[in-house]
Amino acid sequence: MEGGPPVTEKLDRVVVRFAGDSGDGMQLTGDRFTTASALLGNDLATFPDYPAEIRAPAGTLGGVSAFQVHISDHDISTHGDSPNVLVAMNPAGLKASIDMMEHGTVVIVNIDSFDERSLAKAGYAQSPLTDGSLHDYDVYEVPMTSLTQEVCKEVGVKPRDAERSKNFFALGLVSWLFTRPIEGTLAWIDEKFKKNELVAEANRRAFRAGFDFGETAELFHVRYEVTPAPFKGGEYVNITGNTALAWGLIAAAERSGLSLFLGSYPITPASDILHELSKRKEFGVRTFQAEDEIAGIGSALGAAYGGALGVTTTSGPGLDLKAEMIGLAISLELPLIIVDVQRAGPSTGLPTKTEQSDLLQALYGRHGESPLPVVAASTPAQCFDAAIEAARIAVTYRTPVILLSDAYLANGSEPWLIPDVDDLPSFSPDFADGPNAVDPEGSPTFLPYLRDPITMARPWAPPGAIGLEHRIGGLEKAVDAGSVSYDGANHEAMSMVRKERIAHIATDIPATALDDPSGSAKVCVVGWGSTYGALNAGVERVRAAGGEAAHVHLMHLNPLPADLGEVLSAYDTVLVPELNLGQLVTVLRATYLIDAIPLSKVRGVPFKAAEIEAAILSAIGETR
Amino acid sequence: MTSVEVPLTTRKDWSSDQEVRWCPGCGDYNILAAIQMMMPDLGVRREKTVFVSGIGCASRFPYYMNTYGVHSIHGRAPSIATGLAATRPDLDVWVICGDGDALSIGGNHFIHALRRNIRLNILVFNNQIYGLTKGQYSPTSETGKVTKSTPFGSIDQPFNPISLAIGAEASFVARTHDMDRAHMQATFTQAHAHDGAAFVEVYQNCNVFNDGAFESITGKANRSSMLIPLVHGEPIRFGEDGERGVIQRTDGHLEIVEVSDVGEDAILRHNAHAEDPGLAFALSRLSRGVHDPTPIGVFRSVDRQEYGAQMTHQVDEATAARGKGDLAQLFRSATSWTVD
Repeated sequence: MEGGPPVTEKLDRVVVRFAGDSGDGMQLTGDRFTTASALLGNDLATFPDYPAEIRAPAGTLGGVSAFQVHISDHDISTHGDSPNVLVAMNPAGLKASIDMMEHGTVVIVNIDSFDERSLAKAGYAQSPLTDGSLHDYDVYEVPMTSLTQEVCKEVGVKPRDAERSKNFFALGLVSWLFTRPIEGTLAWIDEKFKKNELVAEANRRAFRAGFDFGETAELFHVRYEVTPAPFKGGEYVNITGNTALAWGLIAAAERSGLSLFLGSYPITPASDILHELSKRKEFGVRTFQAEDEIAGIGSALGAAYGGALGVTTTSGPGLDLKAEMIGLAISLELPLIIVDVQRAGPSTGLPTKTEQSDLLQALYGRHGESPLPVVAASTPAQCFDAAIEAARIAVTYRTPVILLSDAYLANGSEPWLIPDVDDLPSFSPDFADGPNAVDPEGSPTFLPYLRDPITMARPWAPPGAIGLEHRIGGLEKAVDAGSVSYDGANHEAMSMVRKERIAHIATDIPATALDDPSGSAKVCVVGWGSTYGALNAGVERVRAAGGEAAHVHLMHLNPLPADLGEVLSAYDTVLVPELNLGQLVTVLRATYLIDAIPLSKVRGVPFKAAEIEAAILSAIGETR
Repeated sequence: MTSVEVPLTTRKDWSSDQEVRWCPGCGDYNILAAIQMMMPDLGVRREKTVFVSGIGCASRFPYYMNTYGVHSIHGRAPSIATGLAATRPDLDVWVICGDGDALSIGGNHFIHALRRNIRLNILVFNNQIYGLTKGQYSPTSETGKVTKSTPFGSIDQPFNPISLAIGAEASFVARTHDMDRAHMQATFTQAHAHDGAAFVEVYQNCNVFNDGAFESITGKANRSSMLIPLVHGEPIRFGEDGERGVIQRTDGHLEIVEVSDVGEDAILRHNAHAEDPGLAFALSRLSRGVHDPTPIGVFRSVDRQEYGAQMTHQVDEATAARGKGDLAQLFRSATSWTVD
């Protein structure tokens, strides 16, 4: 490479992956690079990929923590199938990621960490940097650790502490490589580390050193530019699914005039919702870290009985434990939101990895005939809307609602157009305030299970109202009166009411949103939840190549949109990709008697757009 | 503080129209009557009173009170009541459990409600047997008990509910029994007045599956010699003429003695308000079973910050410091950017 400043090449999109040890600060680095790109106006999608152990043995494959971000100058919906640039802080980070990379892509390694011991820990018999195995990649060897230690010498931090700033060196280098402005990140370092000026200074220096290294080392002959995406006008923040979900719950409480109560037991990957809500007490939010999952939902149900918006948050193992209390909530007909941030199971499974395998449990996982509404979020930002929708259904119809998110949505992020508060849905708890019937003697009386003729919902009558004192419980109740009844005919009548009142909600949700621009596609892809991005991208690829495919993405899993059967029956092939072994497809086949076909993946990672594209093309081929 | 006058009520106002369905002769009838008769004297309102129960014979209790009530699921009543009390400090929340309900399937919720000190009155009707499932041994059944599920005798060490509660950091711990209405009412009244979690163990006779379990101490003829009334500030004495008493040996152990042998001054004075739970714990261990003289009354009653009030306090503090929450501001609490 002969002298001269590097040329700047314009890219329409790029996928960058930071990979290192779980103590290397990869999440922080990726997160900051994301924010800098968001502020620059790029569209983006992120995928934090971290191990279950907080500090797995250093340097091992099991301890690799990675953060992948996809930035672009146009609308994108996934974190990218394959990275264009990998920053590997150690051999394990390289080994864990290299198979995702296509030949010809850029690999930047921290050469200081490629010593014999680290190579051995990662399972390399010889260095991949010298054995020719990276021959087809554009490899840059950068002594990140030693350069960081060098610039931090004068700061007065010990060499071992200075070494910990090396992720800022990497951030600086990548910021240079992608022409990100540095001022915002420097200001962010000041704020983030304001409690420790030494660390702040070390990080600032490391960051600048990384940036300057790109500028002066003449190692890189190209830098890249990704210009802003054409966003709809408005104010944006980059938001993760867990934060969006927490904010949606706060908004739902504000817009319904209810106070928000969260009863929760810490569990990955749902805990951040508890963390976020516990910070927001000025909204009257009460968060209760319960002694176990059962007390989490029990306390939420108690709060709902008292007239609050009761919420519990969990992941699969916790949903198992909450099943009995959900059944009681179904019997009591009280509003309650159960948030299940799904992860790979069964049992502890892969606690930090994503999966969509709790759908059938959400729909059916209780004893007795116990239907309830199920709502699923489709993107990190959409968790906000899904939370409000779950609350609207719960409050309007006096029912527990399961809101499904997953590990991918929970930790992933994307730009969110901040809504106008006045445009958010509002709904009323419409508490009972007086007798609703007359007893045989002609006196006013209160029947706790007398239903609203339109919503089929019973009155919500929290304690405190004079004359409305009543007793409810898990024993079967007499129609209307709500008193204990052991009568078989009454039980059948109540079972039918519980079934019908949930099915009836279909009249109050939008019709199927069908994405079929040509109207002549033969294959319809049906998905739900976090696969939205991959399905959308896969369908777009097919269309870009001249093919035709329709896409339906379901937010309401129970009840399903009233017209869904009719919509799907118009297609020759209904393809149902899911991160499970075929759960929605089972429901669709059973409900509509259509020959829907599954596309399953349970590898702890989302679908790639290419996988969806290939499945659609294959389905199109078979329909010809 | 403005107070709305509480209407005068009678037992009838507090009784629901439901037919009471416990077995004839069940001790639960006495407890229900004691509470229904006591409520008019507590100065509380029916619409602000909630009875929450789990599952078991005792847990039918809410159906018989003309108040708000929830008959929930086995063992979970304290968790439901906790959410209710934490969000509705204006309510009086009573939790009615059996020994299996509170101490076996619901043991975890029981101890955590006590340590948090949430304002609940937790009454555990202890009959030392599973009644509703027709006669299996319970976590308070004595070792060796022969039941349907222990035909060769139980090999379980039972819980001492008072010791358990004290160990769980309870701020109010008491015991009473179903044969003495006045004692029940006095004990429940003190529990109700306590600002925090108040636990009362009620010895209750199951005349079908464990009849006479407490007869040797609560039977009319045996009471004066077998029940040791605990009254704060008073010497711990019992017997027809108070001829027996409790002393504390130099090694800390408690011992039952003849007052005439040691002199009145040597008799231990009960201190329910002692910060150190040592004495209350020692008193809970004085009896090794229902055949030994057994203390009843309030073992421990200390002031400690109530949970719900602290939760409300944090909300109030945050609101005072930051102003009432504003959604538009919340949405901009992360770095935002504008696209024209």
